[in-house]
Amino acid sequence: MMSEQASNPIYDQVDAIYRAESRRVFATLIRLLGDFDLAEEAVQTAFAAALEQWPREGMPENPRTWLVSTGRFKAIDVLRRQARFDGSVTDEMLERRGGVDHAAWDQPEVEDDRLRLIFTCCHPALAPDAQVALTLREVCDLTTEEIARAFLTHAPTIAQRIVRAKTKIRDEHIPYEVPERSELPSRLDVVLRVIYLVFNEGYSASSGASLTRHDLSAEAIRLGRLFVDLLPEPEAQGLLALMLLHESRRAARVSASGEMVLLDDQDRSLWNREQIAEGIALVRKALSSRRFGPYTLQAAIAALHAEAPNAAATDWVEIVALYNLLLRVDPNPVVELNRAVAVAERDGPAAGLQLVEEILAKGELENYHLAHSARAELCRRLGQNEKARGSYEKALSLSQQEPERHFLKKRLQELPRK
Amino acid sequence: MKYICLAYISEEGWGTMTESQRNAALDEVFAYTDELRNSGHLVATEGLQSARNATTLRIVNGKVSVTDGPYVETKEKIGGIYVIEARDLNHAIQLMSKHPVVRAGGVEIRAVVDMSAMYEASRERRAAAKS
Repeated sequence: MMSEQASNPIYDQVDAIYRAESRRVFATLIRLLGDFDLAEEAVQTAFAAALEQWPREGMPENPRTWLVSTGRFKAIDVLRRQARFDGSVTDEMLERRGGVDHAAWDQPEVEDDRLRLIFTCCHPALAPDAQVALTLREVCDLTTEEIARAFLTHAPTIAQRIVRAKTKIRDEHIPYEVPERSELPSRLDVVLRVIYLVFNEGYSASSGASLTRHDLSAEAIRLGRLFVDLLPEPEAQGLLALMLLHESRRAARVSASGEMVLLDDQDRSLWNREQIAEGIALVRKALSSRRFGPYTLQAAIAALHAEAPNAAATDWVEIVALYNLLLRVDPNPVVELNRAVAVAERDGPAAGLQLVEEILAKGELENYHLAHSARAELCRRLGQNEKARGSYEKALSLSQQEPERHFLKKRLQELPRK
Repeated sequence: MKYICLAYISEEGWGTMTESQRNAALDEVFAYTDELRNSGHLVATEGLQSARNATTLRIVNGKVSVTDGPYVETKEKIGGIYVIEARDLNHAIQLMSKHPVVRAGGVEIRAVVDMSAMYEASRERRAAAKS
């Protein structure tokens, strides 16, 4: 936000209002002006006008209303002037934007605007990577440079994705609306998928790699909180809980020397108890609704880990039971694999290894490094060192993350030589 | 807002059906087409012959070449087209989601482009060129 070097406290207040309200103002202006780009310009114009007028006239009673109103009038002004020069702005467009009544300022409408924005950015008709870029840009207000850095790509690539998405929204007439009740489950899935994707981008990065990627997880959690506030659906609560519980372990996941630390070996005193408490409360709320799904179940499993005072005290019986439930709602080989690892904890490595072998034999996880590292771990525990060696090597050949590779190499070195 | 909906079907699947299965399928399709028509959302619809009967034109060696078959070989073929009237894309998706043809293969939805401004400009250019 542009800031003049002035000592007037109004400038700080405008800045604070920008941070707190600019996205709400933006979301409402999209509805009133019917166009993302127009709305973006209108927000900037409105805040510029605030910086200019408020020091003179004092702050208005309702700053948000003032900003929305000012942004809209100035945008329509620009459109009118454009209409005189070229035929691209039709009378119909002007009429539609000019003739909105002021019941639009109602609080519920405004909250709905933020939901409208999220659901539109996460529309299934948009390409998945465009959904992510658009959400981070328009809902989270990240710059294209920040998004590019976070996803290890170039700003023009992100910019192009965003432009294409906005073009499709405009050309195909994707409406700015909250989905109807009947559409909500499938549309909700898309939003949650986007949020979780953003979280995972930040989560899997090593702590040394870049501060930006750490912020990505924080951004996802912020987005999750906003979404749960606006729409307290159980699966949204479940996802937020899952993210908080994963995030609570961040400080313990990496040793001082930058090495990966497995869950079993983590210093639990480093876990963030506030995030754990918030996560557990959300899991309980979501489970009590009886309308929960995979995110909630995954969060419930994470909660059981979080509640155990030490690795040995983990309730693996309950965890396996939750995986059984999870497999019913979300049958897929990765969940089966995770369940097999839990079974190994509950019943011993031999039982777990048998399941892992069966899963690998089906072939779907042939190129999944974690499947091979799970097999390696269980073989190692059973003293089957040659099989362990083979699996560690296979996992290493498939692994992309440096901390993981380092861990696997270490395990290989630790195996007794024949 | 007008949307063009291309209905893709598996011709193989159609070929292996019994007559009563085909009739049942057609009844479903026509019933829903009637629904669209009666609710005022159907602008036009045509069924297509088998893709085997398609004829494609291309330029080869500077001349128009006529060949047998569809332009693009796909596993599922375009079996029918619909032009529907809907409020917006969400509405178009809602309308076509209930169409039985979605199960038979898939439906591609694209908004119709309003070419009237382009057409007007072109008409003026061509008129000017004549004078």
